[in-house]
Amino acid sequence: MDVIFEYKQILIEGTLVTISLAVLSLLLSIALGLMGAFAKLSPKRGVRRAGELYTLFVRSVPDLVLMMLIFYGGQTLMSQIGALTGLWGYIDINQFIAGVLTLGFIFGAYMSETFRGAILAVPSGQIEAAKAVGMTPSQVFRIVTWPQMVRFALPSFTNNWLVLVKSTALVSVIGLHDLVWNAFTAGRSTHMLFSFMIAVMVIYLIITGLSDVILRAVDRKYAAGVRKA
Amino acid sequence: MEPEQSFYDYLKNISETQSPIDFVLIYDNLDRFVDGALVTLQLTFLALLVGGIIAVPLAIARAYRKPFLSPAIRVYTYVFCGTPLLVQVYLFYFGLGQFTAVQESFLWDPILSSPWWCVMIAFTLNTAAYTTEFLRGAIETTPHGEVEAAKACGMSPYARMRLVVLPSAFRRALPAYSNEVIFTLHGSVIASTVTLQDLLGVGRWLNGRYYLAYEGFLTAMVFYMAIVFMITFAFRLAEKRFLGHLRPRETPQPGAARVAA
Repeated sequence: MDVIFEYKQILIEGTLVTISLAVLSLLLSIALGLMGAFAKLSPKRGVRRAGELYTLFVRSVPDLVLMMLIFYGGQTLMSQIGALTGLWGYIDINQFIAGVLTLGFIFGAYMSETFRGAILAVPSGQIEAAKAVGMTPSQVFRIVTWPQMVRFALPSFTNNWLVLVKSTALVSVIGLHDLVWNAFTAGRSTHMLFSFMIAVMVIYLIITGLSDVILRAVDRKYAAGVRKA
Repeated sequence: MEPEQSFYDYLKNISETQSPIDFVLIYDNLDRFVDGALVTLQLTFLALLVGGIIAVPLAIARAYRKPFLSPAIRVYTYVFCGTPLLVQVYLFYFGLGQFTAVQESFLWDPILSSPWWCVMIAFTLNTAAYTTEFLRGAIETTPHGEVEAAKACGMSPYARMRLVVLPSAFRRALPAYSNEVIFTLHGSVIASTVTLQDLLGVGRWLNGRYYLAYEGFLTAMVFYMAIVFMITFAFRLAEKRFLGHLRPRETPQPGAARVAA
């Protein structure tokens, strides 16, 4: 126990890397998820198909495979494109960027399912009414759809976020100095890997516990004015 | 000329002239990828099988809120569902060696020092935890009338569980279980981080050996996609067979099936 406290500095640093990775991936996945959801609900058949293919692809490829492909392959690909077009010389895809891109891309697909269901749950009469009073599409989304879909999306959104937080552990495999990597290194040098892995588990459980509290507060805010059954 | 030879030449021609991907290398190592796929499938389905067997009694204990047992199982499922699988694998594979008692025990040599067993234990406990939770949900949502009818027929609690509650709960859990199978397959890539040669392990080996960027991962990806499609297809058949009574009726009018949003 004392040894873990001696190493608390690097555990805290790793936790911060893990959290910032998770939050940035979440933002990317929300953007991709909204795009995917609207693609899936689009009246155009081709766009709809593209949205469905996105989810299908992500569902069928394990996260670590995609991450390694983006980390190792993306670097080469960017250099080759740069050499071919002459637009850039060298672009560094580091572990952090590869992690954000991969996790954002993967969870974007899951978010698109979440958002699609939530948008469909908003009564279509309200959207028609909003159009009838002359709102622009962006106004309809901002004022009518969004405030209500958040409430419908929240349970599944929470679940996606918790899975996302756990998936961040994989970036330690491509060498990002996140919580798992730091704890692993510390555990190796002290020959106390068991204790350090337990500490990592506790930290993950704290993160998920805290997010539960926060998301419940968000739920209360967006459920204001909704009568409980 | 034999047909295989000409196909090989075709691959060689494409790889050397047009494509950035070396198909010949993939073709030459295809048997290794097949071996890797077998390791992946073995890990995934053995863990699912053992985990599933463990999960059934745990889910029953949770659903019927057995005192002491149910909270204890909840702690187990909370920890294993709330922490990354990677960390759980590390805990068993790297962590257990911290204790000399474990190293000196009779379990160390054949089991706890081997990556295959450690991965297997971690995967099994992980999938058992997830399965317990959604199976509990399925058991709890058994329509009360079914249980009442079984009681009225004079079934013993054991017969009720075996003939009424579990068959109906398994059916309701089927869609959630297809997700669990796919996530266990996705999780099985973690085996490659502790030196096992599963599909991703072979891909990493190929890339490392020939200093490549894409080939190994892309080939592994195609194999994973094929496996997922087969699993999805199998579950679609199973759902048709076992959940047929819950399917919405087909709409007779043409054009009414898909309404653009």
